[in-house]
Amino acid sequence: MNPPSTEIPARGGNIIAVPSLTTTTERKGLTKKEIVADHPTWCPGCGDFSVLALYFKLIEKRKMEHEKITTIAGIGCSSRFPYFVQAHGAHYIHGRALPFASGISLSRPDLHVFVFGGDGDAFSIGGNHFNHTARKNIKMTYVVMDNWVYGLTKKQTSPTSPLGFKSKTDTWGAVDYPINPMKQAIAAGATFVARTTHTNPNHVLQMMEAAMDHDGFGFVECLSECVEFYEGAFDASNPRKGGAFNLVPADHDVTDEMAAYKLADSPFPGQFGIFYKVNKPTKNVKETGINKAAMEKVKGLKDWQILQKTFERMK
Amino acid sequence: MSDATIAAESGGAAPKIAKISEAVIRIAGNSQDGIQAIGGFLARLAGRSEQEVMTFMTIPSTISGGPSIFQVRIGSGEVLSSGDDADVLLAFYQHSYEEHINSLKKGGIVMYDSDHVEPRSEWQKDYHHLGVPISSLTVEAIGGTAKDKGKNIFSLGLVAKMFDLNVTKLEKLIGERFGGKDVSILNNALAAFHAGYSHSLGNVLETFKFVESQRKTGQQVVMNGNEAMAFGLIASGVRFGAGYPITPWSDIMEILRRELPKYGGSFIQCEDEIASISMAIGAGYAGRVAVTGSSGPGISLKTEALGWAVMAEVPLIICDIQRGGPSTGMPTSVEQSDLNIACFGGHGDSPRVVVAPASVEDCFYTAIEAVNIARKYNVPVLILSDQAIATRIEAFQEPNLEQVCQDISPDLTPVPEHKAYDLSAPDGVAPRVVPGTRILSGKYSIATGLEHDEFGHPTGSPKLHMQMTARRRKKLQALGASLPTPKVYGPPEGNVLLVGWGSTQGPIREAVDRARAAGDSVSSLHIKHLNPLPPGLENIFSGFNHILVVEMNDEGLYGYGQFAGLLRARYCDPKIRGLNKTDGLTWKVKEILERARNNVADGLRKL
Repeated sequence: MNPPSTEIPARGGNIIAVPSLTTTTERKGLTKKEIVADHPTWCPGCGDFSVLALYFKLIEKRKMEHEKITTIAGIGCSSRFPYFVQAHGAHYIHGRALPFASGISLSRPDLHVFVFGGDGDAFSIGGNHFNHTARKNIKMTYVVMDNWVYGLTKKQTSPTSPLGFKSKTDTWGAVDYPINPMKQAIAAGATFVARTTHTNPNHVLQMMEAAMDHDGFGFVECLSECVEFYEGAFDASNPRKGGAFNLVPADHDVTDEMAAYKLADSPFPGQFGIFYKVNKPTKNVKETGINKAAMEKVKGLKDWQILQKTFERMK
Repeated sequence: MSDATIAAESGGAAPKIAKISEAVIRIAGNSQDGIQAIGGFLARLAGRSEQEVMTFMTIPSTISGGPSIFQVRIGSGEVLSSGDDADVLLAFYQHSYEEHINSLKKGGIVMYDSDHVEPRSEWQKDYHHLGVPISSLTVEAIGGTAKDKGKNIFSLGLVAKMFDLNVTKLEKLIGERFGGKDVSILNNALAAFHAGYSHSLGNVLETFKFVESQRKTGQQVVMNGNEAMAFGLIASGVRFGAGYPITPWSDIMEILRRELPKYGGSFIQCEDEIASISMAIGAGYAGRVAVTGSSGPGISLKTEALGWAVMAEVPLIICDIQRGGPSTGMPTSVEQSDLNIACFGGHGDSPRVVVAPASVEDCFYTAIEAVNIARKYNVPVLILSDQAIATRIEAFQEPNLEQVCQDISPDLTPVPEHKAYDLSAPDGVAPRVVPGTRILSGKYSIATGLEHDEFGHPTGSPKLHMQMTARRRKKLQALGASLPTPKVYGPPEGNVLLVGWGSTQGPIREAVDRARAAGDSVSSLHIKHLNPLPPGLENIFSGFNHILVVEMNDEGLYGYGQFAGLLRARYCDPKIRGLNKTDGLTWKVKEILERARNNVADGLRKL
């Protein structure tokens, strides 16, 4: 453990220049032991375990420090995530993790914000937040562990449950057309849209890392089987269960929105990989631009003097 | 304007000039006539002349059109309310004339646009009528293309003449308002103003002149309550906010969106009310004290997230600019019916802080106080303003900005260890450590809405739930114990105590003044900290026979308004009764007195 720094961070009210500490000693990066917190409360065999394990791996691989990441989730089985990670994190309310995470992202440019959640959080109760966070291109990484069922509340129909899925709220089989997360994300204006499945760990890590490196709203749908309430849901995508894991074709143009939409239209198991990726200025960058222009006009003035100038016009 | 002053000071040749200490001018027209602009000019002029001013306006909730009024009360002494009855009514249309003549004092002056208004013969004896073809004279002054535009400035000229207002200062104000635009616009405005000013007021009995103000308190600023609240938040160091448009809260978000970037801050317009509060809480978790706000239905939508901020102990400011409810209710009318949702809205035991500003000036300082409470106790604070205070303009002494402005940016100094929900913390207040801070023990707390242990990890332990519930409560009890006991206005003992909160302070105090001048034993108490309540109220209550809680909300199922209900629950004092109204308008002074008199069977005088 390094000794506590005695330097006092420079304070300044604005959120462009966040107070930061200069680290004097080079830090080695965290070991898995240092990043693990509570033992997950998930059922044995749950797909979410592999997503968590790969998140740890990503943190190790990229030598991220405890204090530079925040792990945010809403409500659901998968949303228990922050408790299992030894770092700053928050377990927010159902469906609203994205606006909460946006508040962090937009006010703390020094942090990387990871959001984990399920299909109910993302596409049902939080559906509108998904659309708006995507279109605003707020910088963060969002991994949706899609299991096609409500697990925490014990087997009700989810917005991604396929037609005919027998749940406690549709004992005769689901009748509502499911949401296609890929189409939803592309149509909403997400700038990074990828699909993966928990049964292919290397691919999950690849997609999470690519999403993290994307400067903008990086969305990954990760199929994550609920062994308790929807066993075998994704067998068709798992070669070990006789299914097919097909990558996005090598010649797919990730900047072609129509081609991405077509990929998203393939019947299950479809393809895995990056469907869509474009670089557009993030809201973070745009807001910083607005601030820089505004601050240029009051250059050299202290905050109270700026307010004084405003009050001069109110006399 | 007091009749006594007029009688004493007037004399000499007609038209007489009467010295007055105050005047109430009501301007009635339609919402697109720019009558708010006239009121705004008068208010700012008063501010620059060291006079006191208070305005009152009603606007229709339609997008364009519909009757609208603006009332200005200007005084050389203390102005506590916007005035019960007008001295002068300026009526643009027949409906303005007919609907508002009753708001004029007997013997008052009604100045009307004779192009639109047919005066009624039966009202001639009670009110001085002064017809001016405002519409056609405005067109004459600035040309036909102006249509209805400009008649507000013409009327400002008429008012300036009638009250011998400072023309140079008004010209300067008009210049500031229209100066940035096309120069012909400014010239038209000045032409309209001068045409109004030089119009002969003919047979009007007298014109008026304000006596010099007694107050020489230095520079005054002139603004409405929403502006004062927004600038108070900026002064307090708030640099992040999020909101969704709704009347009458929207002004605050517009101001913050426009102003915060100068300070390096951001205000984000969100997709809905829930996203707004969530984004603000996210920024609060990340080390800011962030603001969100709303009115009416928007507050209802925010309550789940508010409960999370209570549970996770994240500082947060929520401005509630109350309007008539429930549901969509009366969007442009005033009501104080959100006290219950502010104090108790949401599921579970979720103690939070509620404060209410009493005047426009108080909006500025309350915002700062609210931020400091939120920071100190890691708790959400609701500021209960209302439509009346949000839209009324007052002049007040310019704050000492160098002194009041503060920097509350997050401190990221590493700490040896940290428990976000430390049960042994004094008064239950654990120090806040935010993301970006290194914790050398390697143990990081999680902010959560689940009941939790000291590190924020979920627990089903009955004992921990009891301990944590108590800790969240104790923080507020500690705050409550530290609050100042409010001071009684008037003698500390007597027959009747009028109790108020929020925007009603002015009319209640004026009611006390008037009652005491008539020999009645009436005092008042204004309570700013509504949850938790300040200490010592029971001692104050014990000095009075009747405690009447004056509120703009319904008397409820059992005869008490929301605050009266809270006070009765707290003090079990049967002397506490309610004076309530739900007409969507501010209290008139005479209304308070009449209602108090009826309520207290033996009269207001002490037996």
